[in-house]
Amino acid sequence: MSGKPKIQIENLTKVFYKKDSRVVALDRVSLSVSDGEFICLVGPSGCGKTTLLRILAGLETPSAGSYTISRGKQERPLQSMVFQEQGVIPWLTVRENVAFGLKMRKLPKKVVNERTAYYLEKTGLSPYASLYPKELSGGMKQRVSIARAFANDPEILLMDEPFAALDEQNKFILQEELLAIWSETKKTVLFITHSIDEALLLADRILLMSAQPGQFVKEIKVSLPRPRTMEQVRADPEMAKQFVDIRKHLQEEVQRSRK
Amino acid sequence: MMKVNSEEKHSDPFKVERLEWERQQRKERYKKVLTICSPVFLLLLWEFLSRTGLIDARFFPPPSDIVGTLVAMGMSGELFQHIGVSLYRIFAGFLFGVIPGIVVGLLMGLYSPIRHFISPIVMALMPIPTLALLPLIIIVFGIGDASKIVTIAGSVFFPVVINTAAGVMNIDGIYLDVAKNYGASPKDHFFKIALPGALPVMMEGVQMGQAIALLTIVAAEMMGAASGIGYLIWTSYKAFMIQEMFVGLIMISFFGYLFSVLLRILQSKLIPWR
Ligand SMILES: Nc1ncnc2c1ncn2[C@@H]1O[C@H](COP(=O)(O)OP(=O)(O)O)[C@@H](O)[C@H]1O
Ligand SMILES: [Mg+2]
Repeated sequence: MSGKPKIQIENLTKVFYKKDSRVVALDRVSLSVSDGEFICLVGPSGCGKTTLLRILAGLETPSAGSYTISRGKQERPLQSMVFQEQGVIPWLTVRENVAFGLKMRKLPKKVVNERTAYYLEKTGLSPYASLYPKELSGGMKQRVSIARAFANDPEILLMDEPFAALDEQNKFILQEELLAIWSETKKTVLFITHSIDEALLLADRILLMSAQPGQFVKEIKVSLPRPRTMEQVRADPEMAKQFVDIRKHLQEEVQRSRK
Repeated sequence: MMKVNSEEKHSDPFKVERLEWERQQRKERYKKVLTICSPVFLLLLWEFLSRTGLIDARFFPPPSDIVGTLVAMGMSGELFQHIGVSLYRIFAGFLFGVIPGIVVGLLMGLYSPIRHFISPIVMALMPIPTLALLPLIIIVFGIGDASKIVTIAGSVFFPVVINTAAGVMNIDGIYLDVAKNYGASPKDHFFKIALPGALPVMMEGVQMGQAIALLTIVAAEMMGAASGIGYLIWTSYKAFMIQEMFVGLIMISFFGYLFSVLLRILQSKLIPWR
C-alpha cells in the first residue's frame, strides 16, 4: 500500500439554499481514508451523512471544498453506492439488477455474465436470479444492492445505512456476508450506520459526526482483530467501553440539536 | 361459548380449514355466476318486454330478431365490409396517435425544456374535441379513410402523451440516482429507466386512447363517410332499419370489449414486474 490516501476530502461544505431556508448540511469537513480501510460514519440523523456520500457518489455537487478519489486500475469505476432502500430497480430481474453497472459500462458479455454469476452465488441469490424484486424480501433486495455494487468492482464503495430497514436476524446474516465479501476484495468502504454495534463490528475506524452543521468531532480506532463476530464485539470489555462512549456522544448531540 | 369454539377447533383443524376453503370457493363461483347473469338477464328482460309489446318493438326489436339480422348481414358480406373499413381506420388512427404520443411524452418527461415548451401547446389543444375539427379535417383530407385516421389519431394522441409524460416524471428519483451512479448513458437512461419506468402509467393512457378511438370512429363515420360501422348505424337509422342499427351498435360494443381484453393481455406481457 502506498502512502497516498484513497479518498481525500478537504474542507467540503454543502449548503442547501431554498427561498426561505438555508441548511448547512456539511461544514468544512476533511477526511483522509487509506486504501482498503473500512470507515463507519455515525451521527444523529440530519447531520449530513447522506449528503457526504451523495457528493462522493457524484449525485450532489459540493458548495465549497474538494475531494479526490484516487484511481488504481484504469478501467475501474471510481465508486458505487448502495442506497438505503428501494435502490433495486423493479423492472429488472435480480440478475439484470446485479449486472446493471457492468452493462452500463459496456463490458464484454462474457465478463458481465461471469462476474454477475459470481456475486449472485456469493450472496446466495443464484436461485432467485430470474425473479423480479417484488417477489423478494427486504433482506434479499438489499443483497441484490450489495451484489450490484461489488460486481461493479469500483475503487470505493459507498453504503448508506444499507441494513437499517432489516430485522435483527437478517441484519446479522448480511453483516457477516458483507464482511466475508469485503475481506476477500479489500475494498475501501464508507459505511453509514446509526447502529453502534454495527459500526464496532464492521469498521477499522469510526467517525462521529456532530448534529447540524455536520462535522467530524471524534475518531475511534476499532482494535478488535479480524475476522470478527458480533459475539466478540458484545463480549469484549474494550468494545463495551467504546459502545458507551459513542452512545454518550450521540445522546449529547441529539440533545444539543433539540435546543 | 369459548369452550365450544375451542373444542370445535380441537376436533380437526384441517377439516375446519377445508370447510372454510370450500366456502370461499363457493363464494367465488357465485360471484362469477352473477357476472354472467347480468347481461343474460338484461337480454331476457328485453326480449320479454319487446315480445309482449310492453316496449315499442319498432324501436327496441327483440334481441333474437337482431341476431337474425346480424346473421343475414354477415351472410351477405355487407357487415364484414363495414367492419373491415372501420377496423382499418381504428388501427391506423390508433397507431398514428399512440406512437407520436409515446415519443413526445417520453421527451417531455425526460427533458424539462421540451416539457415547458410543448406543454402549453398540449394544454391549449387538448380541450378541443377532435370531432369539432372534423369539418375542417374533411375539407383538408376528404371523406375517405384519411380524414377518419387523422381524427382518431388526434383524439388518441392526448391521453397517451399526457400519461407518458406523467409516467416518466413519476419514476421514483432513486432509480434515476442509481442510473446516474452506475454511469448510464443517455441512451441507456432512455431505454432502461425512462421507458420501462413510465410503462404502467403510459399503458393506462393507451387504454384510454383505445376507448376514445372507438367513440371517435363511430361519430366520425356518422358525420362524413360512405362506409364503416358508424355509417351503417347512421344510414340504418335514417332509413328506419332499426334492427340493422342495433347490429352496428352490437359490433361497437363487441370490439370495445375485445380491444380492452387484448390490451390488458398486452399490458401483463409488457409489465411482468408489476
Ligand atoms: N435536497 C435537499 N434540499 C434541502 N435540504 C436538504 C436536501 N438534502 C438534505 N437536506 C438537509 O440537509 C441536512 C442533512 O441531510 P442528510 O445528509 O440526509 O442527513 P443524514 O443522512 O445524516 O440523516 C438535513 O437537514 C436535510 O434536511
Ligand atoms: Mg441519511
